[in-house]
Amino acid sequence: MTAEAAVGNERGTGLRRGVAAYLHRHALVRLSLLLSAPLLWLGLAYLGSLAALFVTAFWSTDTFTGDLVKVFTWANFHDLVTGDVYRTVALRSVGVAAAVTVIDLVIAFPMAFAMAKLASPRAQRWLVILVLTPLWASYLVKAYAWRVLLSSDGILGWGYGLTATIATLSYLWLPYMILPIYAGLERLPNALLDASGDLGARGRRTFRTVVWPLTFPAVVAGSIFTFSLSLGDYITVKIVGGKSQLIGNVVYDNIGAANNLPFAAAVATVPVVIMLVYLAAVRRTGALENL
Amino acid sequence: MNLSRPARLLLRVALVAGLGVIYVPLAVVILNSFNADRTFGWPPPGLTFQWWRSAWNSSGVRDALWTSVQAGLGATAIALVLGTMAAFAVQRYRFFGKNTVSLLIVLPIALPGIVTGIALSNTFHTVLGVPLGMLTVIVGHATFCVVTVYNNVLARLRRVGLGLEEASADLGADTFTTFRLVTFPMMRSALLAGGLLAFALSFDEIIVTTFTSGAGVRTLPIWIFENLFRPNQAPVVNVVAAALIVVSIVPIWLAQRLSGETATR
Repeated sequence: MTAEAAVGNERGTGLRRGVAAYLHRHALVRLSLLLSAPLLWLGLAYLGSLAALFVTAFWSTDTFTGDLVKVFTWANFHDLVTGDVYRTVALRSVGVAAAVTVIDLVIAFPMAFAMAKLASPRAQRWLVILVLTPLWASYLVKAYAWRVLLSSDGILGWGYGLTATIATLSYLWLPYMILPIYAGLERLPNALLDASGDLGARGRRTFRTVVWPLTFPAVVAGSIFTFSLSLGDYITVKIVGGKSQLIGNVVYDNIGAANNLPFAAAVATVPVVIMLVYLAAVRRTGALENL
Repeated sequence: MNLSRPARLLLRVALVAGLGVIYVPLAVVILNSFNADRTFGWPPPGLTFQWWRSAWNSSGVRDALWTSVQAGLGATAIALVLGTMAAFAVQRYRFFGKNTVSLLIVLPIALPGIVTGIALSNTFHTVLGVPLGMLTVIVGHATFCVVTVYNNVLARLRRVGLGLEEASADLGADTFTTFRLVTFPMMRSALLAGGLLAFALSFDEIIVTTFTSGAGVRTLPIWIFENLFRPNQAPVVNVVAAALIVVSIVPIWLAQRLSGETATR
């Protein structure tokens, strides 16, 4: 059937045509319909859940019955701020997230540069596939692979702990850093690099004044992944972290073993606030369009 | 470009070394699935198919796999609808709060999974009173899967423009007909790529799943995690891990063929 004939058969009933014509004339109605379901889901249900969790952070639990006591209190945040343990854990988590981000950046940038600027188009296609494939392999599988490598009788044999956690997290999130930087470098015209060279700049100067400023949004986009994913992680810590704890573990333990949802909610606000500050700070760089 | 020969060489070495770092641990998992030694002694004293056999016959693995597939399909279906709607709204219209909508869609993956997990579980538990089960897992997964479909459809819409749809309208097709015959066929491969990524994201997820699945629902990642610390299950866990690595090559190959462009998420 030709497209024309199909269109002819599509004329259909009057009601349908009426609705179609109405929608065609009213852009605002079309827009509202398109936005309705996504906004109900993410705006109302998801943001609502986050808000409800936040409210819970100001409640407490009855120590005897374990029930929620729905009375406003600052106690959780007070404990959070004054408890040395929590400050240490929060700082350690930020430190781990920052370390992972820096390690990934240092490994990813040369790789992405070699992929984007030195490889032939055909090789580029394959390299992208090579970097993407491990992204699809299960998170747990990769953390597990490092558990095997790091175990005291494994190939690396470092044992478990904070170093093991940083190494494993860096490994897990490396492709998330490579891909945005690669995309950023690919968009960077070679002519700019040539022009810089023709004007007398050496490699290092070209990097500092041309490559880095133009790929910075892509680097930030990558860092959002590496930073955020590390900040909330508790599974990897359980698998290779030994005795060391991060924010995620404190949240998890307060829900599970301690059955203290209000305190868990209060602790959970820490990574959220850090990420919101981070996102707000990088919005101007245009990094969010590079995700 | 005026890169010196040593610099080029160095960059190439960095690329190869980086890829080596990415692949060696995965290769070790695959090798260990044939390791005759229960505790993965290195080098392997011998090779065996025994662990693959016991994994294949394990009912725990089979049930978990089926649960994961169901959750993935449910979440992907919802993500396809919501992501497409949002992408059309953002790309085709100008409205107040447009940037906020994009931010809202990225938020569930930008925030730590544990926050999304306990926020949703709290809502199901205390606010709505819904029992945790397969449905709550699907809702949780769909929330963070929307972004993959959204990104793919958005990129496609940016590229194809409005020309063909306007031509269709000029030729007398109404809104629905244009969508069916013009818009949807142009979107198809983007939807498939986005859907594949959404499925993979859901299939692999453990944190949100931990908090939104009741006692009865055990996805494959949950099963792996539960058995990770049991020494006598180690060989079977390792086989499942190896199988997942091998299987993960299929969707990436498909997505590459479908999209032609790089679909990063």
